[in-house]
This record gives sequence, C-alpha cells and structure tokens, in this order.
Amino acid sequence: MSVPLEHDYIGLSDASSLKRSSESSNISSDNESNNVFNLKATELSLGLPGFSKDSAQNATKFGPVIKNFMLGAKRGFSDVNLEGSGKWVLKGGSESDLGKAKNGVFEKNQILSHDVKPVEDKKKGPVNENGSAPPSAKAQVVGWPPIRSFRKNTMAANSSKNGEVAEGNLGSGGCLYVKVSMDGAPYLRKIDLKIYHNYAELSKALEKMFSCFTLGQCSSSGIKGREGLSESNLKDLHGSDCVLTYEDKDGDWMLVGDVPWEMFIDSCKRLRITKGSEAIGLAPRSMEKCKNRN
Amino acid sequence: MACSFPEEVLEHVFSFLTSQKDRNAVSVVCKSWYEMERWCRKRIFVGNCYSVNPRIMIRRFPEVKSVELKGKPHFADFNLVPEGWGGFVYPWIVEIARGYPWLEEIRLKRMVVTDECLEMISKSFKNFKVLVLSSCEGFSTDGLAAIVANCRNLRVLDLRECEVEELSGHWLSHFPDSFTSLESLNMACLLSEVSFSALERLVARSPNLKTLRLNRTVPLEKLSTLLQRAPQLVDFGTGAYSAEIRPDVYSSLADAFSGCKNLKSLSGFWDVTPAYLPAICSVCSLLTSLNLSYATTQSPDLTKIVGQCYNLQRLVVLDYIEDTGLNTISISCKDLRELVVFPSDPFVADADVLLTEQGLVSVSQGCPKLQSVLYFCRQMSNSALISISKNRPNLTCFRLCIIEPRAPDYVTLEPLDVGFGSVVENCKQLTRLSMSGLLTDRVFEYIGTHAKNLDMLSIAFAGDSDLGLHHVLSGCDSLRKLEIRDCPFGDKALLANASKLERMRSLWMSSCFVSFGACKLLGQKMPGLNVEVIDERENISSIPECTPVEKVYIYRTVSGQRFDIPDYVRIMGKDKDGVYDLS
Repeated sequence: MSVPLEHDYIGLSDASSLKRSSESSNISSDNESNNVFNLKATELSLGLPGFSKDSAQNATKFGPVIKNFMLGAKRGFSDVNLEGSGKWVLKGGSESDLGKAKNGVFEKNQILSHDVKPVEDKKKGPVNENGSAPPSAKAQVVGWPPIRSFRKNTMAANSSKNGEVAEGNLGSGGCLYVKVSMDGAPYLRKIDLKIYHNYAELSKALEKMFSCFTLGQCSSSGIKGREGLSESNLKDLHGSDCVLTYEDKDGDWMLVGDVPWEMFIDSCKRLRITKGSEAIGLAPRSMEKCKNRN
Repeated sequence: MACSFPEEVLEHVFSFLTSQKDRNAVSVVCKSWYEMERWCRKRIFVGNCYSVNPRIMIRRFPEVKSVELKGKPHFADFNLVPEGWGGFVYPWIVEIARGYPWLEEIRLKRMVVTDECLEMISKSFKNFKVLVLSSCEGFSTDGLAAIVANCRNLRVLDLRECEVEELSGHWLSHFPDSFTSLESLNMACLLSEVSFSALERLVARSPNLKTLRLNRTVPLEKLSTLLQRAPQLVDFGTGAYSAEIRPDVYSSLADAFSGCKNLKSLSGFWDVTPAYLPAICSVCSLLTSLNLSYATTQSPDLTKIVGQCYNLQRLVVLDYIEDTGLNTISISCKDLRELVVFPSDPFVADADVLLTEQGLVSVSQGCPKLQSVLYFCRQMSNSALISISKNRPNLTCFRLCIIEPRAPDYVTLEPLDVGFGSVVENCKQLTRLSMSGLLTDRVFEYIGTHAKNLDMLSIAFAGDSDLGLHHVLSGCDSLRKLEIRDCPFGDKALLANASKLERMRSLWMSSCFVSFGACKLLGQKMPGLNVEVIDERENISSIPECTPVEKVYIYRTVSGQRFDIPDYVRIMGKDKDGVYDLS
C-alpha cells in the first residue's frame, strides 16, 4: 500500500488523545505514483460518498443526500427525530479545512439526529431515551439480548412446562423462530412468528420473503385478520398456486389457517410452502383435526 | 546457523510447538524452517472458512491430522445472519478427503454441515477419531448414524448446541457391538429419545469413556445405572433432572455419584427437582466445572450446592443465584476463574430476581483468580465497574450485558463510559470485551488508548459518531474481531482505517450508517478484503449509493470472492473476474 499524505483526519481539539493516522496507510487522496489513487472519479475525500470538494455543490447535494438515508422501508428510520438537540453533521470539504477547523469534521450541527434509535422490527414499540422500557410488553429488538437460540428455545420450553401462561405470548421467550422452506428454493428462511398478529401479516411477510423464488402467485387476499378460517376461505389464503403448510407439535402437517392464530403460534414448529397440487390431500384431514380439537 | 541442524533435530524441536501462533512465527524465519515446519504441522485452525482456499492449505501443509474451521460470523448466534448466508463445509470436506486421507480430527463451528458431508467424513478417513460440531446445522440424525456406524476408531463425538433434524433416536444404536474406543459423547443438544439399553451397552463397553453428556430425554431414574457402568467419568451431563421424590431413587443416585471419584465437571440439570440436587453433594468438592444454567431453581437450593464446590473454577448459572448466592460463592469458591450468569427471563422489563451489579462486585472482590466474566443483569453503575476493574486487574474476558439497550448508570444516570474506561485501563491483559448500556464516543477513546491487547470487541447501541469507530480501529493494536450493531458509525471511520481491516480477521456492522457507496469503494480499493453487503430489501440495485446498508461483513481473504452467496449478499467492488486464482 502506498504511503498516504499525512493529514489531520479528525482535527479535534488537543484534549483528544487521538493518534495521528499517519502510520497506517489509509485510503486518501494523494499524489503518489500509485495510479489507483489518482483517479479523480474514485478519489476519496472525507465526506459522504457523493460529496465533492466544491462547497457550492455540497450545499445543493447535501440535503438530498441526507434525505436519502431515510430510504428503505425496513430500516425503521421513521424513528429518527429531526428536532432533537445535539445533532451532528458530517462536514466534509478540503483537507486544509480539516486542519484548521477546531472541531473539524465532527462539528455538531444540524441534520442528523443524535437520537437515532436502533433499527427495530416493525410492530415493536420504541425504547425510551433514558433506557426505561414501557411497563408492560417489552419492546423487542432482533438478536437482543444476545442469547443463543438453543438457550432461548430451551428456556421457553421450560416455562411452558412449568405451566406459566404467558400473556400475549410475550412473557416466556420473546421470540419463536421457525424455519420456512419452500419447494424449489435453494435455501430456507427463519422467521419469528411472534412479531405477527394474524395470518394476513404472516402471509404478506412470507410472500415478500419468497417473492424472489416465485412469480408472485401466492396472494394474501381475502384475509382480514380473522382468527379462524372456514373451509371456503382456505383457498383464498393460499391463492392459486402456493399452499402454506405447517408441522405441528404432533409432527403432523396441517394447512395454515385452520385454527385460531394463538393456537397456531403455540403448535407451529416449522412452515413449508408447497405447490397447490401436493397439498390438496391435506385439506379434509386438517379440518377433521380442527373439529376434533373443538 | 539454522542450516547446521539436521532436519530430524529441527523437526523434533518443532514438535514441541503446539500453538499455531508459534508455528506461524517459526515458519517465517527462513526458507528452510518454512519448509521444515510445513511438513510437520499437524493441526490447522482456520478462523474464517472464506479467508483461504482448502487447496492452498493442503498444498502447504501435507501432513495435517486435525482441521478446525469456523464459518458464520459470531452474530449469527443471535439471528442476525439470515439463513443461507454461507459457511458450507461441503467443499472443504471434498478437498480434505482427497488431500488428507489420514485425517483424524475435524472441528467445526457455525458451519452448515449436511448429511452428505457426514457420510463423506465417515467413509473418507480410515483413522477418523474426533468430530466436534459447535453451533452447526444442516444435518440430521441420519448423518450421525453414518458417522457412528462407519468410524471404527471414533473417540469423540461432540455436538455443542447444534440444530439437528431429528428423524429418530436410532442413530445411537448404529455403534457396532465391536466398537469400544469411545472417550467422549456429547448429545445434549438432541431432542429425541435414544434407546436406553443401546446407550447402556455402549457405556458398558467403553472403558475409556471420560465425557458423557446426555440429552433431556434420559430420565433421572436411569442415571445411576449409567454412572455405575462408568465410574471413571470425568465430565458428566445429566438429562432432565426431575422425578417424583422417592427415597430409593435418591439414594441410588447419591451412591452412584459418590462412586465417581474422578468427576470434575457436571452439567445438564434441565427441569430440576430441588430435592434431588443434594444427590451430587459427594462430588461437589471434586468439581472444577459446574453448569446449572438450565436449572430453574431458586437461590437457596442453588447456593447450598454451589457453596460446597470449593474447588470450582468455572460456574455457569442463571440469575436465580441472586446477589446472595454470588456473595456465598465469593467466600466459598476461591479458585473461581470463570463466571457466567444468564438471565432467566430476558424479555421482561423488570426482573423477579434479586441479581444486580452487586453480585458481580462481590465475586470480583472475593475470587482472586477470576479471569473471565459473562454477566447479564438489569442495572450497572460506573462505580461498580470501577470497583470490579480495580479488584480484578487480571481479567482477560469481560462481557457485560445490561438487558435494556442504552441503560445509563442507574445511580447517576450518566453514561457508563468511565466505568468501562476503567476496565480497559486497569485490566491490561484484557483480550475480549463486550459492552452494553449508555455509552458515548468517550468510551471508545478510552478503549483506543488503553486496550492494547484487545482481540475481540462487541459493541451494541453505543457511540455518537464516526469518531468512536475511528478510536477503536486506530488505537486497538491487537484487534482482530470487531462486531458492531446499531451504532451511528459510518463511512468516514471505515474508509480512513481501511488498511487496518487487512490486519483483522473480520468486521461486522449491522444497522449502522455505512453506505453502499463506501462498501463498493472499499471492495474496489482493497483486493485483500471481501466486503459483503447483506441486505434483504427489494430492488437493491435502484437504491442510491449513499443509502446505508442493512449489514456489512468485511473480512480478509486470500482466496478471492466466494460464489456460494445467496441473492441478498453482494460482494462489493469486485467484478466476476476479480477472483484470485491460486490453484
């Protein structure tokens, strides 16, 4: 790696015990003979990608650049509070500016919020600023606290054995990961059943997840959050081509939608999306079992 | 000078070098030492299966007897890595079956292992002895049956927290009647019932059996039978430790335990009936390791037992132990080296258990050899952390998980920067650190300044700006593994420290502010790195380059990009021809 120009990456006040980054060869714009680093188009400056050294350009670009951070439905940036205090901005520009400005790049200004909340699963409540959670059902973040699935599943099984009835399924074990396989897909997925509240949500999520493998033939129409479904609705749930089935606690494969949602969550061990023709035989049997249960 | 030693002497000297680090150092002294060393290296550890091509490994080290591989990033343990990401061991098995027909040991962690792989292993290595699978998945009990049936010289079958498709419990019955070499069997993670009589016969004909970890389905009443067959056991894991309280069952269990004079480690203890716990009392003073982390019993019962284990070095327990229990431990277990406390109910806001930072402070005060801590709790203070660090400057591994993200010092409501700062400043041998609670960039400044021996750092919901990440990457000289989630770290710090990434094994960042553009740039500029963007959103190609990625996993590699990626993984900055062909 070529030796870069020495420059103040972070021109902070002297109180900082920051080491100069001169020893390490960083990606920076320099006029060494290394051609790779001299290409203007790929020249790095300290600033957001898309940032130029021309401050006028930056002014016009900066707004949209930051806004674009908000794209992507899954990121949950709707949580971002743009009004809060202590916001910071990435002030780029030329290296000479960096050397001069006392606060340099990390001057606290406008735009991005200091209060950015972590990305959370949709449907979950926010975590408060000072760390106190709402008194009832706790907001849950994927993979937090960091406990392995094996332990989580074992503890969840423990508490149900001890007869603790969890209210709203949130007391014992905060999540319920089940594998979802689809015929013909190269790999299976895992989903947390507890983040959905009804069949419609589940169906929609699965459709999204597996849309890359199908021609989008599975539709989720006709389900309006009903708990149990009658025989005539089963067809609606599964659409014309794909059929959603699940393996229950007894090891039997059932059609999804038979039983009330809560009962389904309790007994579902894994999910499978099959082609309609294979699952036809399931329908009468699953209704039988459902009747027997009731 | 080196050349004047005959090869045999050098080889003999090298045979005393067991650590890979030492061997790596030796191999770069000069060409002849390189040659000598490569011919006599017997064990290989590959920390990231994508960092090197198996053919390269086989070509350089032809006489290897033991291979250890790791696959998925650590955060896969917490469901942050979607299914299908990778870590497939199959291509490795194919190559080493060809290259190392006399291979004896395979150890895999976080890898996808299929039944086909297991069958291949069972048929390819005539002298196969040791199979350890940690947090692996993708195989079924059929694969186990193949191993068990075909590996005539098997010594160790160790399944640690694997996800196994359980078709039946018959696999155990596939051990041939003539098979007597078993030394270690760990089936604790399996859910299905095995034939007890087959198990009993297996134990009876395995005189070298030292480790036996049963699964939950083996009932308490049958434990004494097994223990009587194997009184030489050193490491025992019970099944479900519950039964109706019957004096005859209790006394035969207690007798069986007392017959095990070599027992050093106990685990299992699912669904504990407290009345049966004292059955282990006769071996308490022998124990160096005790895992009660599935025992949902209350403090007094737990403490009574643990308090008798005065030679205990390693304790894994639930927060039911409470501060009072930990206080007892700090008085009774003076040899304690490692403490792990898991939360019994991590998903509720308020705990029912009286476990606070105080418990950890007591243990740090009372146990002079304490080196390794993994502690889940609901409150922490700077003063407690400072006390802990001053009590125990010999800490090497400190992992603290305050259950609520961004929880401040519960006394002062300040960030916990100073507390963790004190940990890195006082504990100069610290190699592993996981932090939690409310943390600003300041804590990273402390870490960058003081944590010079830090090898692995885990960060979540912390920091204010890129400065935090910059402190860590520029200051932590020994850092090899860095994993970050939900922190406001972005492109600047990453790009400014790009070369550091080549001196690390890997960097994981999820739900941060690293943009597609920066990942692409990094991938383009650093041929020695794979920059994997893991993003499950639709229409990725039309998202602007400045948008942050969901997850990025960056690791150094000499084998170029990989081709087993699912559709939601993109290796940035490398075109199809950006492969290093080292065949």
